[in-house]
Amino acid sequence: MRKCKAEKLNDIFALIAQDMTLYLPVDTEGGAAFTKWNENVKYSESLNTVRSPKDFFFPQTENLMAFKTEGKNIEIIDTRSETEDFAVFGVRACDTKSFDVLDRVFLSDPVDSYYANRREHGVIISVACTRPSETCFCTAFDIDATSPQGDISVWKTETDVYFEANTEKGAALMEKLSALTEDCDNTAVESAKESTKAILSRLPLKDLKLSAFGGGKTMELFENEAWDELSQSCLGCGTCTFVCPTCQCYDIKDFNTGNSVVRFRCWDSCMYSDFTKMAHGNNRLTQKERFRQRFMHKLVYYPENNDGLFSCVGCGRCLAKCPISMNIVKVIKKIGGKTNE
Amino acid sequence: MQKITREQLIDKASKLLSNGTVSCVLGWKLGDFDYDVTPAVFNTVEELNEGFVFNDFCGANFSKYLVAKTGKVDGKILVFLKPCDTYSFNQLLTEHRFDREKVYAVGIPCEGMADIAKVKAICGEGVLAIGTDGEKMTVATLYSDEPALIDAKDVLAERCENCKSKKHVAYDELLGEEGDVIESNRFDEVAKLEAMSADERFAFWQNELSRCIRCNACRDACPACTCEKCVFDNPTSGVENKSPANSFEEKLFHIIRAYHVAGRCTDCGECSRVCPQNIPLHLLNRKFIKDMNEFYGEYQAGAEVGMRAPLVDYTTEDLEPGEVFDRRDTDA
Ligand code: SF4
Ligand code: SF4
Ligand code: SF4
Ligand code: SF4
Repeated sequence: MRKCKAEKLNDIFALIAQDMTLYLPVDTEGGAAFTKWNENVKYSESLNTVRSPKDFFFPQTENLMAFKTEGKNIEIIDTRSETEDFAVFGVRACDTKSFDVLDRVFLSDPVDSYYANRREHGVIISVACTRPSETCFCTAFDIDATSPQGDISVWKTETDVYFEANTEKGAALMEKLSALTEDCDNTAVESAKESTKAILSRLPLKDLKLSAFGGGKTMELFENEAWDELSQSCLGCGTCTFVCPTCQCYDIKDFNTGNSVVRFRCWDSCMYSDFTKMAHGNNRLTQKERFRQRFMHKLVYYPENNDGLFSCVGCGRCLAKCPISMNIVKVIKKIGGKTNE
Repeated sequence: MQKITREQLIDKASKLLSNGTVSCVLGWKLGDFDYDVTPAVFNTVEELNEGFVFNDFCGANFSKYLVAKTGKVDGKILVFLKPCDTYSFNQLLTEHRFDREKVYAVGIPCEGMADIAKVKAICGEGVLAIGTDGEKMTVATLYSDEPALIDAKDVLAERCENCKSKKHVAYDELLGEEGDVIESNRFDEVAKLEAMSADERFAFWQNELSRCIRCNACRDACPACTCEKCVFDNPTSGVENKSPANSFEEKLFHIIRAYHVAGRCTDCGECSRVCPQNIPLHLLNRKFIKDMNEFYGEYQAGAEVGMRAPLVDYTTEDLEPGEVFDRRDTDA
């Protein structure tokens, strides 16, 4: 473990930014947002950014390829380019876990080369939480907010900043930071963890019970009558899916530029009426069916295909942002029972 | 802060349910926290007692829900309307969007609703409980032993700070006392934007709209946006787009939307309330309202059922398009 003085953090940022683009959370009019670092931006201690760090690897829109026609010929243009190295500082434990969820989708065969390219070039520097919010429920998914994953884990105390590399990529970056950091033991970090754990144990949503969900529960839960009530006021806006770090669905579309076609992909949302529209029309005609899809995917279908891993990390973004305050916690409580008593 | 209580509303709703006036109630349902309130339909007195809530976070405007819900129930729906909601209610009736006969509207007084973001800006994250005590609000958080005592007026939602009317323009029955149309400063921010140079204004909107994630919450919550199929959701329309092509592409969506609701937007403020990116969308709509007031005389959408909005009504006194251009030239 290495450490530096808290006031030296900006020097650390400057050193990282010498070699790669560095992004970190900065407060904006719209809440915290990952922003490109320069001397004038101020790192925000804010817990969660409004948009999750999945944007760096799976952006809301990206061009996949282009086509140009000349006479009877169609030229197919590969628009991919090698991503440059970049680092993301300040990722929370829940969000680092979301990369496990996304990796299983995008890096399993056939590998999504666009995503893989960015994953290879991105360094994730996580920061341990010290002031969780009432909407946090990472604990329900066995995520330890005091020991976040990522290439490098960081702990902040009032006076110092502590670093621990978890991967080769992380170790290489720490090597670069060696002039600004010094070796240390983990006493201060352990005591910081303890005090955060005391807060985590008081979180109102800590006892969320998930035993009703998981692989193999499709038949049991699909026709549950609670879906009617849960979905009755859903606007179908898709805010929950767009702020979610684990939502991974996308649409592929062709844009006619007049003399060529650009094929791009963009985030899609199961909450939308044209989601997975096929030649025969739509397979989910009502908002109830669309709503059910979102939660069944996170709590049943995904774990069924991924060794029981849920595709929610308890970040609480959908709790904070849904215009009608309907969310995965309400679904879990209504269908799965209130707590672990 | 609210003068009318949850108990009074449950009492009213229970009576109307029991005597058969209505078959269900559109109300607010309490969630896990005092501020996370969900619009819900209540069918029985037991359901009301169990989940109905009324507090400073019951901001959702129910008018638009009537479009979908009135088609689904037998008998009448009881809906509680705050003064601003009644304007949307009338506007929807003007556009024949729901059957008035299927609704029993109860007007309720409103002291202004709170914005949880403002509460958290003062008290921090980790809000466990929020109570009211007259003009004060008590906020218990994970990080303080004693609840904080804050002034309710410091956490008023923007639209409530600039409330335009405490008067209900539609109801079958009114609870509490009727208020008045009030003077507000709601056009001040618009005037500031007008005073900017074109470049400054462009930069302002670029900064704001570049945060848009195109979740469509603003459109979906808007009581003036009630098209069965929005052109932006129709894959064959040619303009359907699920996400921004670049960081400012959203201006098109927002400007088109603002034009489409011009003259019909009642300035209820739902768009800005629901935006996850805190974009001041109401300023676009207020600019249209301010211009219409100046060009065609004062007009408040939804003030009465059946009014003709200046943009769809022709009179010989109407401003000539050229005069608008002249005005623009002197402004710039
Ligand atoms: S659950 Fe909430 S955020 Fe998600 S689509 Fe429905 S209304 Fe929008
Ligand atoms: S479903 Fe909600 S709480 Fe779970 S990961 Fe997505 S945004 Fe976070
Ligand atoms: S959900 Fe857990 S890891 Fe995520 S911000 Fe909250 S406390 Fe931290
Ligand atoms: S609610 Fe906000 S973020 Fe969503 S589409 Fe509207 S302006 Fe964009």
